[in-house]
Amino acid sequence: MNTVSCTECAAGITLAENTEVGEIIVCPDCGVDLEVTSLSPAAIQLAPMEQEDWGE
Amino acid sequence: MQRRLKIGVLYSRVRVEEKWIFAALEKRGIDYDRLDDRAVHFDLENPAPWRSYDAILERSISYTSGLYALRILNAFGVTTVNTAAVADACGDKLTTSTLLAKAGLPQPRNVVAFTPESALAALEELGYPAVVKPVVGSWGRLLAKINDRDAAEAIFEHKATLGSTQHQVFYVQEFINKPGRDIRAIVIGGRVLTAMYRKSEHWITNTARGGEGELCPVTPEIESICLRSAQAMGGGVLAIDLVEHPERGYLINEVNHTMEFHTMQPLSGIDVAGEIVEYAMSVAKEKA
Repeated sequence: MNTVSCTECAAGITLAENTEVGEIIVCPDCGVDLEVTSLSPAAIQLAPMEQEDWGE
Repeated sequence: MQRRLKIGVLYSRVRVEEKWIFAALEKRGIDYDRLDDRAVHFDLENPAPWRSYDAILERSISYTSGLYALRILNAFGVTTVNTAAVADACGDKLTTSTLLAKAGLPQPRNVVAFTPESALAALEELGYPAVVKPVVGSWGRLLAKINDRDAAEAIFEHKATLGSTQHQVFYVQEFINKPGRDIRAIVIGGRVLTAMYRKSEHWITNTARGGEGELCPVTPEIESICLRSAQAMGGGVLAIDLVEHPERGYLINEVNHTMEFHTMQPLSGIDVAGEIVEYAMSVAKEKA
């Protein structure tokens, strides 16, 4: 089971089985957006802030 | 023996749409690479690595990165979904409006000016309320509904003072008193796959802003306007946003070229990701 600690609030987060590298997850405790950067070992970092030209 | 086709998917974030696209590629046993647009680079004198792909599906979250990547790839002779020309037509709302007007397609009235003073004069001619939109942007960001001259003066001054040069393009649109909803339809390769209403109490009905989805029947009228809009943009994989005017009927509000469909796919039961992959493969086969 892949678990990581939130970089913002240190809450323990268990990654779902079908998690992909590059996926954005939300910390259930503090609500910050986190990007999954690796699965073995599991690693996360703060997701980039939304930019003006993002989205559709 | 026929050569196995190779697809590249250029992406930034693995949103649910990208997960579905990757799954659709894997389910079909298609040879593909995940190309993170934050990690790749282009050597303009060396197109060979990129030419190894029979098609590249562009799913960048940043319009700017996606557009420049497509321009380079198309200049390399690499087939892309969508093309740079389509991204250019759809990603800039003013360009979209210009092409729709050229094609004689119904849309809200738009006026454009390059200074706060001329924008104010144009808006007064258009009439209140009106909507000021950035020419590039999504998810309903930085849209301003202007109800009177005081608000217009304030918004234009703020844009002129605080905005980037792109915000000095004052793109003002007639406000449409729509029935608490707009319509988003997905068009892929000249077919309207499905459509949904996006309902909201707020005048911005984007689902990224809390608008709720509800299936919308694709009537012959909706089908016709969507296909004509897609054709005016250059075709490919598109999402057409329509608003319903109480007298003038359906008006085209915008066209999206790397659309999100996390609401549409489960709502419609249509495998949009699979359809995108099938389309990318058909385009790749044409080239191969």
